[in-house]
Amino acid sequence: MKRIITLTVQDRSGVLNRVTGLLQRRQFNISSISVGPTETEGVSKMTLVVEVEDDQRLEQVTKQLNKQIDVLKVSDITDKAIVARELALIKVASGSQLRSEINGLIDPFRAIIVDVCKESITVQVTGKPDKIDALIELLRPFGIKEIARTGLTAFLRGHQPQVNESATYSLIK
Amino acid sequence: MKVEAKLEFQTSTAPKTGADLLIDLLVKEGVETIFGYPGGAVLPVYDAIYKAKDRISHILFRHEQGMIHAAEGFARITGKPGVVIATSGPGATNLVTGITDAMMDSLPLVVFTGQVARSVIGTDAFQEADVMAITTPITKHNYQVQSISDLPRIVKEAFHIASTGRPGPVLVDLPKDITSGVLTDAPEDTDMDIPGYQPTFKPNPMQIKKLADSLAKAHKPVILAGAGVLHAKASEQLTAFAVKHNIPVATTLLGLGSFPADNALSLGMAGMHGTYAANMALYESDLLINFGARFDDRLTGSLKHFAPYAKVAHIDIDPAEIGKNVPTQIPIVADAKVALTELLIQAESSPKSEEWVEKVLTFKQEFPLWYKHDPKGMCPQWLIEAVHKVTNGDAIVATDVGQHQMWAAQYYTFNQPHRWITSGGLGTMGFGFPAAIGAQLAAPESTVVAIVGDGGFQMTLQELSVIYERKLPIKIIIVNNGALGMVRQWQELMYDNRTSESILHTQPDFVKLAESYGIRGVMIDNPEELIASLPELFAHDGPVLIDCRVLQQEKVYPMITPGKGLNEMIGVKPE
Repeated sequence: MKRIITLTVQDRSGVLNRVTGLLQRRQFNISSISVGPTETEGVSKMTLVVEVEDDQRLEQVTKQLNKQIDVLKVSDITDKAIVARELALIKVASGSQLRSEINGLIDPFRAIIVDVCKESITVQVTGKPDKIDALIELLRPFGIKEIARTGLTAFLRGHQPQVNESATYSLIK
Repeated sequence: MKVEAKLEFQTSTAPKTGADLLIDLLVKEGVETIFGYPGGAVLPVYDAIYKAKDRISHILFRHEQGMIHAAEGFARITGKPGVVIATSGPGATNLVTGITDAMMDSLPLVVFTGQVARSVIGTDAFQEADVMAITTPITKHNYQVQSISDLPRIVKEAFHIASTGRPGPVLVDLPKDITSGVLTDAPEDTDMDIPGYQPTFKPNPMQIKKLADSLAKAHKPVILAGAGVLHAKASEQLTAFAVKHNIPVATTLLGLGSFPADNALSLGMAGMHGTYAANMALYESDLLINFGARFDDRLTGSLKHFAPYAKVAHIDIDPAEIGKNVPTQIPIVADAKVALTELLIQAESSPKSEEWVEKVLTFKQEFPLWYKHDPKGMCPQWLIEAVHKVTNGDAIVATDVGQHQMWAAQYYTFNQPHRWITSGGLGTMGFGFPAAIGAQLAAPESTVVAIVGDGGFQMTLQELSVIYERKLPIKIIIVNNGALGMVRQWQELMYDNRTSESILHTQPDFVKLAESYGIRGVMIDNPEELIASLPELFAHDGPVLIDCRVLQQEKVYPMITPGKGLNEMIGVKPE
């Protein structure tokens, strides 16, 4: 299962290496990782998307990350109400005759064209990874020359629903 | 960063350097002994050591691996961090085995490595190695000092991190321009800044109550005592708890001594070469209370067959160990002593376990450890018993890794804590002899015995120089079977007797070798001579190397072969 784990870490030399090295050593698969500064000086935030087999392995990964001295906080936010976004740049082979077609295609994704040249255009899209995957699939027939993705970054929404509110909802009851 | 006070700043004519400050900081941390080896990148540090001769003692080893194992032995006996200094590049990389060993066995070390000057880091300079990257996965934490003004904080944090919580090695990499840099002003004494490090000592009261309730309801309780009990200095509390509730106690390899072996409730060591009573008690129990053991695979055997009927309570200072290998119903993150003290108050009702205790104690009587005397020579197990006898079972024993280690664990029964030094997790050959040196430095009045194999001893024997030079009266017992015995045993049992590269066809003359270092050496190949000479050899007021020729074919039994469960031991009884 894919889990979204956020870390707040001390912004010190080698901290990214500590985190990725630990995951490699303990045989956890990283799907994506993104890092950047936070509102607090000297504190960075990492968002990891990791592939884990079961709850026991999930517990291990969070506990092992927590043991790192430079790691301040570890949260598995997968099941919380979150805002999660990724940015992708997609360079698509396209002569001038296809541009309007592509424009129409990316519009529902609220993607934009950020670079144009004779043989290609570059599309910028922001959203959850599955939305980005979907757009890539749609653009694939045009011929994708290059893709760059930032990896997911995420945090909790300002308001978290109470546990009973998020219980399974059924129309019949 | 808050300013507490100005550090004591000794005035002298020579300008004070970063290295001088470092030595001041070590003295302030209470360090009396440094295990070290000089080299280019640490020349400023060695100049400072020279100047501080009257305040701190430096022991020069002959190889960095030897000195770090010595620091581990020192840490094991004192509970305080062993302090190591090595130069950059090869000096640092030679420490890697010892750092990893300390990490696996939770030993506090503070390791200082030299580094090339910051201006040339990353240029593949002479004796440059990326020590930070190399040691990140094998240290509890590591630092590279980037400014002299950071030194006070980093040294303070290094000692704090190494010795609190689950102890472990901390490395501080010292670029040469930092240690040779001249101090213009007394540096500020700064507070530690480690908000991400807050080990839990106190148990959750809910979990303690849960354990107390489970104990009252249990019929087949058993305690597994690991090295966590020793780190917490909780042997007394453990004994009181076991006796109060009449609970049998098995220990891990590293937990030997945490519970007195001569107590009626002691089942001895559990695991691959553990006793039948200990392993069967773990297998059949309905409540397994683990104090400070990490459920290592050499203890559990196949996890499928490990304590299949038991509710598991695990008390550990490291939360990541709980539930790592064995599903745990009662997780208690705490220092073993704090948890035991709490349990002694909270757990009032004892389990109804008379039948069970009688049963496991019968196992102890019916299936004791065994070996057969052989008129052809000296049995290694008997040799250990003889060493036990001549030292009244009260020596500090350091071992290497292999058959002799298991025999020492089985037959040198410990009634007191902090007497047993062995490489458990990493299984490092060459560990025992230098570790004994560290132990003797830590406990000058104690009898220290290094029980080593003929294979492992040859990995670090160069430290004979140190015991001669420092007049350390260590007694070295080489359990010499002319083979890498444990490798040979596995090849005989599992590889159809194909003893590939495990027989040592040539050996040095260990007696002459000892003598060449100025140390007394003797060779003994029969029990009669051993009995006759051991008392005198142990009474000798200096180091002695005793090359004991033992039967080569002897195997360590009982045994759980790889992939098997605790209930599938072989060699439980003589054939």
